[in-house]
Amino acid sequence: MSGTGPRESVFPTRMNLTLTKTRLKGAQTGHSLLAKKRDALTTRFRTILKKVDEAKRLTGRVLQLASFSLAEVTYTAGDIGYQVQESVKKASYTVQARQENVSGVVLPAFEGVRSKEASDFNLTGLSRGGQQIQKCRDTYVKAVGTLVELASLQTAFTILDEVIRATNRRVNAIEHVVIPRLDNTIKYINSELDEMDREEFFRLKKVQGKKKRDAEKANESRQTQNAEFTEGGGELHRDEGIGGGQAGGADMLDEGKDDDVIF
Amino acid sequence: MATTTTNPKDRTLLAVIGDEDSVTGLLLAGIGHVDQNQNKNFLIVDAKTQTSVIESAFQDFTERKDVAILLINQHVAEKIRPTVDRYQAAFPALLEIPSKEHPYDPAKDSVLKRVQKLRGD
Repeated sequence: MSGTGPRESVFPTRMNLTLTKTRLKGAQTGHSLLAKKRDALTTRFRTILKKVDEAKRLTGRVLQLASFSLAEVTYTAGDIGYQVQESVKKASYTVQARQENVSGVVLPAFEGVRSKEASDFNLTGLSRGGQQIQKCRDTYVKAVGTLVELASLQTAFTILDEVIRATNRRVNAIEHVVIPRLDNTIKYINSELDEMDREEFFRLKKVQGKKKRDAEKANESRQTQNAEFTEGGGELHRDEGIGGGQAGGADMLDEGKDDDVIF
Repeated sequence: MATTTTNPKDRTLLAVIGDEDSVTGLLLAGIGHVDQNQNKNFLIVDAKTQTSVIESAFQDFTERKDVAILLINQHVAEKIRPTVDRYQAAFPALLEIPSKEHPYDPAKDSVLKRVQKLRGD
């Protein structure tokens, strides 16, 4: 019954009992809140998981298409790789991160932004294959769009994974460590208080018994003293109280009714 | 949470490590960027590129504060697989992409592996 497991090191007092009970209540509330959070996150996580899987496969196809269009370009315009690499200056395709909040967890979502003025490769394919290059560019921009989408999904996936694990740890810690500990503390304090109660009761009983014994002894010794005194010709003057003696102490109010007074 | 403390809003670039065709295509789309110190945000890997070079480029891109997404060809990632698998941070997001000669194999992707594992149970 009493707290046998690990418990807080507190003195078993009533105040500590109340405090521990409050703490236990707090821990239970926290536990249920965290469990709710975990459930919400897990729901979100499942949907993202599915999307990540789909998006990864889709990306494979999209990029295949893109490399095919690049092959077309190579066929018509020759190898443009070197030209493209050398003319890189500033990114015209950038991403912006938005933030999304899922039960207290900030999830970033990327968004591809294509600046208007940028077209660094205007002169690439000037002699031949310009159209193919344009087409290839568009295909690749689309492919990058898919990639960016996938990246935001994946980032959300990574962050959620981490947060869910942390939340799980906390839920389990509260459930299996904190709450049993507080429970044990409460049981310990209760048993300790009960024990003290029993001890106190026993002590009072003891005191009462001793007093009774003392009173009896005193009475006996008085009786013998009185007897010796009367035998020796003495006269006893008992304090019989007000009203005196055996008959005394009767209640005035019980002595029948007075006659009614008639004027 | 995420190991990086920088604001994700500062990250605007995509970086890429891959073979010539993949990089050329992505550069055509306009993701290429060369900053004031002539640091490029892409690395072309061919048969002669050494693993240590790929590795250091990977480290460089993952530590840069302006990179939001790092794209890497799957067959290149395969060369530095331990490093890639060890990479867990949320930023920059690491994406393995297929290349022309190497079709996409979902079984090798470090993220998809985790996805499969989580969906499995």
